[in-house]
Amino acid sequence: MEQYYDLTPLLNLIHTWLCGWMPEWLALTLEGIVVGVFILIMYAVLAIILIYMERKVCAAFQCRIGPNRVGGKGGLLQVPADVIKILTKEIITLKNADRFLYNLAPFLVILASILTFSCLPWNKGGEILHMNIGIFFVLAASSIGVLGILLAGWSSNSKYTLIGAVRSGAMIISYELSIGICVLTMVVLSGTMDIQAIVANQADGWNLFKGHIIAIAAFIIYLIAGNAEANRGPFDLAEAEQELTAGYHTEYSGMHFGFFYLAEYLNLFITAGIATTLFLGGWMPLHISGLDGFNQVMDFIPGVVWFVGKTFAVVFLLMWIRWTFPRLRIDQVLTLEWKYLMPVSLVVLLLMTVCKVFGLVF
Amino acid sequence: MFFTFIIVVILTAVALVVAAMTIAHLIAPRSFNPQKGEPYECGIPTRGESWVQFRVGYYLFAILFLMFDIETVFLFPWAVVAASAGTYALVSAACFLGILILGLAYAWRKGALEWN
Repeated sequence: MEQYYDLTPLLNLIHTWLCGWMPEWLALTLEGIVVGVFILIMYAVLAIILIYMERKVCAAFQCRIGPNRVGGKGGLLQVPADVIKILTKEIITLKNADRFLYNLAPFLVILASILTFSCLPWNKGGEILHMNIGIFFVLAASSIGVLGILLAGWSSNSKYTLIGAVRSGAMIISYELSIGICVLTMVVLSGTMDIQAIVANQADGWNLFKGHIIAIAAFIIYLIAGNAEANRGPFDLAEAEQELTAGYHTEYSGMHFGFFYLAEYLNLFITAGIATTLFLGGWMPLHISGLDGFNQVMDFIPGVVWFVGKTFAVVFLLMWIRWTFPRLRIDQVLTLEWKYLMPVSLVVLLLMTVCKVFGLVF
Repeated sequence: MFFTFIIVVILTAVALVVAAMTIAHLIAPRSFNPQKGEPYECGIPTRGESWVQFRVGYYLFAILFLMFDIETVFLFPWAVVAASAGTYALVSAACFLGILILGLAYAWRKGALEWN
């Protein structure tokens, strides 16, 4: 049961080996460069996979075929081709735009998504930023993104972008509350904010099953709010194509626009990844008590496969929601959050605490 | 160790944007046209100021958000020890939440959540 392919000894071994024949600052610099390159590669590869997946899933929901020409039958090279194309597009800055803020906005959006991305627990001992307030840090870092969106919309000096940014800002900060309270519910259940400890707590059952129906309610609220946080699904009114052309990034062209697109898809993955960590056991294998043979077979699958598999399952769920429901109006979006999700999530938090204090959870 | 890596992550984010923008500047075409600098508005020239006024409703929601966001921040330390602190902490947190729910109910009653 104890083998979850722990990466910590391996990483420590590499660190001590590097420190053996070079000064420590050089070893740390080298490790930093490797980690940075690793993040960039993962970021790019995941974005390409997610965009391809979205196009195929969307096509399936609309009874189309989706990309099928570029790169063989499945259209596998469509997204890399799009990336190269977007790099060769001219970057236009508007005449009256606030240059500094206009160029700063993509930095903030990408920074928020990379900071949260590096907190995801890929495996036992396999996360880049490990800290004892992990999940709190994720909430804090992800709220930098809304700043980038507001700046992008305001600094472009266009009516569409301003309306898109204000809508998006109001929506994201509202749904952040529900996300915060759902996370709080799981922190109460686990008794820790450390992401690895939250995952380790789920060795005897995922939080979704441990917390009875309360955890399932929190999971559903988290999915709805997470969809809104990533500016997707029925909540994509910030970039409602029919009314605002593209919302807050209307005036960005070429690679400048690419950053917002990239961050949107990675935020989808991060939302799903945090849902996996909090509710579905992170890298923990699926265990059914009583079936020892089954459990042992499950233990042989590495944690990273479990994490990525569960996360993509949640991503598929989010895409399903996106392509099924029609877009809401801004007042409906805010009503949904403030009159339904917010009171319900507060009640869920209280119920979970009562259950935890009186020992009613598994 | 931790601070090294958080700096590494921040630098990676900056490097990604800078590198991609540099590549784009190197290979992207550049042609001047005064029309390109205009903000997009369905193809017609912009009328009036671009920085238009927007609803005060957004502002009200931002104020409400502040109240509840600070509440969440206050509740995090409590949530970590909620199980071990027992009934007393539960009752105090419930009172705290109750006052906030009263605040939400007040805002609701006053019509701050309506969109007219």
